[in-house]
Amino acid sequence: MDPLDRVVKPKTKRAKRFLEKREPKLNENTKNAMLIRGGNANLTVTAVLKDIYAVKKPFAVLYKKKNITRPFEDQTSLEFFSKKSDCSLFLFGCHNKKRPNNLIIGRMFDYHVLDMIELGVEKFVSLKDVKNSKCPEGTKPMLIFAGDVFDVNEEYRRLKSLLIDFFRGPTVPSVRLAGLEYVLHFTAVDGKIYMRSYKVLLKKSGCKIPRIELEEMGPSLDLVMRRTHLASDDLYKLSLKQPKALKPKKKKNISHDVFGTTYGRIHMQKQDLSKLQTRKMKGLKKRPAEKLAEDGGATPKKSKSA
Amino acid sequence: MAAVRVEAVLAAAEEQEAEKRRSITVEKELELEFDLGNLLALDRNPPPAAAALRGAGPRREALLRALARDNTQLLVSRLWELPTERAGGAGGPLVARLPEPTFRLPREKPPPRPRPPTRWEQFARLKGIRRRKKTSLVWDEQAKEWRRRWGYRRAGGDPARAWLAEVPAGADPEEDQFARLRREKRERVARNELNRLRNLARAHRAGSAVPAAPLHPTGHQDREELRRVARVARVSTASLGRFQPRLPKEPAEPPSRSGGRKRRFEPLLGNLAAERSRQLELLRDMGSKKPVLDITRAVNKQMRQEEAEAAAAHKGKKQSQRGKRGRRQQRPGRSGKKSGARRQQQKPAGGGSGGGRRKKA
Repeated sequence: MDPLDRVVKPKTKRAKRFLEKREPKLNENTKNAMLIRGGNANLTVTAVLKDIYAVKKPFAVLYKKKNITRPFEDQTSLEFFSKKSDCSLFLFGCHNKKRPNNLIIGRMFDYHVLDMIELGVEKFVSLKDVKNSKCPEGTKPMLIFAGDVFDVNEEYRRLKSLLIDFFRGPTVPSVRLAGLEYVLHFTAVDGKIYMRSYKVLLKKSGCKIPRIELEEMGPSLDLVMRRTHLASDDLYKLSLKQPKALKPKKKKNISHDVFGTTYGRIHMQKQDLSKLQTRKMKGLKKRPAEKLAEDGGATPKKSKSA
Repeated sequence: MAAVRVEAVLAAAEEQEAEKRRSITVEKELELEFDLGNLLALDRNPPPAAAALRGAGPRREALLRALARDNTQLLVSRLWELPTERAGGAGGPLVARLPEPTFRLPREKPPPRPRPPTRWEQFARLKGIRRRKKTSLVWDEQAKEWRRRWGYRRAGGDPARAWLAEVPAGADPEEDQFARLRREKRERVARNELNRLRNLARAHRAGSAVPAAPLHPTGHQDREELRRVARVARVSTASLGRFQPRLPKEPAEPPSRSGGRKRRFEPLLGNLAAERSRQLELLRDMGSKKPVLDITRAVNKQMRQEEAEAAAAHKGKKQSQRGKRGRRQQRPGRSGKKSGARRQQQKPAGGGSGGGRRKKA
């Protein structure tokens, strides 16, 4: 039993709230990312980490000091960091002669490493180098993946899932249409992945939907895939499993037809149709003479004196 | 003349419409896949010729930018088609309602497990004891007003200011009663805290699901863990624990000669004497008038099951509590046969079990 597994009894309300935020929930919090520098990180890699931190604020932590670890050999220190800071995504930057400008992007499940992919940065243009106006911090970006290799190749598919997870941001129920300013575009061509960020300008077009013009902004990276450490299929399936309570409840007895009309089905008890309340039509009302003729056979009621 | 002019006007209008639409339409071979909940678009078209992209510099950037512009146009058109509303009243910004995200992403942590019931909860479920809602204020006769049940200015008066402590009937007259009350309160609090921590540890252990964890090195083991580990240690010898001497007070475990198999059948031509005695016993049981079924045990089991079911059903419906009297009155209403058997057996069974219970408390 290592010290982090001990049952911690909270002594204050604040500590209790802190622990409740970290425990597993039905609807999870937005994933936090930790950006770590390796023992031999150089300027390029540090600049990349700083830029990605700027994009992912406030759901990211940038560690200032260098940490001498090798994620592909030993994952315990990464898991320790993840437990301490409650982050399930990480980006580790290092540099050596064999693998220059190395970035290891990965995610955790239950504080254990799920997937890790090593990418090499071939070209990097930082936020500072592009002299255009930037969009506000914390904007939810639009993500676009171009290239059929993102569906064909298993590693690229995991990379796509990892990148979506990384850059997604919080899940929101509605979005301000004029505020769709930031778009991240990933193109996979010829063994390389080009990541570009653009600022979206909405121009007037004749109709309701505006015409889009893009302006280069923000970090742009040319990446090449190196080593990977992907989770086994059953562990991945386990991590994808959603609890049953989250499934939307199916509304019974409601159906839609082709034209968009909604039909509902109501189940009624057996009704006595002779006692049904219908509209009164004075002309069809039984006249007293007719009524008497009907009741003649039955027991005579008290008759009103005319 | 007029007809031609009308046609010309209509054609011109259509031309204009098409012109406007041209600025926002994008031609693609394959349709993109959209996940509007995540603001995501996936383009499966093969990217523009690799040769064009290999040439580094502005040409490549321009190509990438054009591709990005097309894809973004398609995504934004889709987003603009979503149902919109004005957030925050009439003057607020225009927001679109996003659907649920469809792209499956792995969770951060496994889904939460329901915590195991505490010892009291298990007992209550077994006995059919339900929660009663208590009023928050109690009438205090002495102060002639409504006081709270516990806490500051409680109904029974401040216990720290109690100036009288009676010596109970069988107690030592020299004993300090105030000290005894204080000691007993401290013991109660300590026991409560211990039980709470035990429940918490049980829940935590169940949550992390570590059945085969090694023994904790410094004395925090509990009985079951020790027993389990001792059993495993005994069996992990070359002869699977058959010749392992037992400790002085360790109970002798019946040897499972089958080595863990569930069913074992006797050999066909084995012990003739045993077979004969078994058959005679069977005949004897069949011929005897005494019922093989133990009515008392069966009836008690049935009663307990019914109580548990009733408690569960009441918890689900959230009915108001009827209290003990109501529950007792319910009993005779049940099926006659069972209640008859119960009434017959209740005296000896109730007396026996009631006496037993009293002794324990």
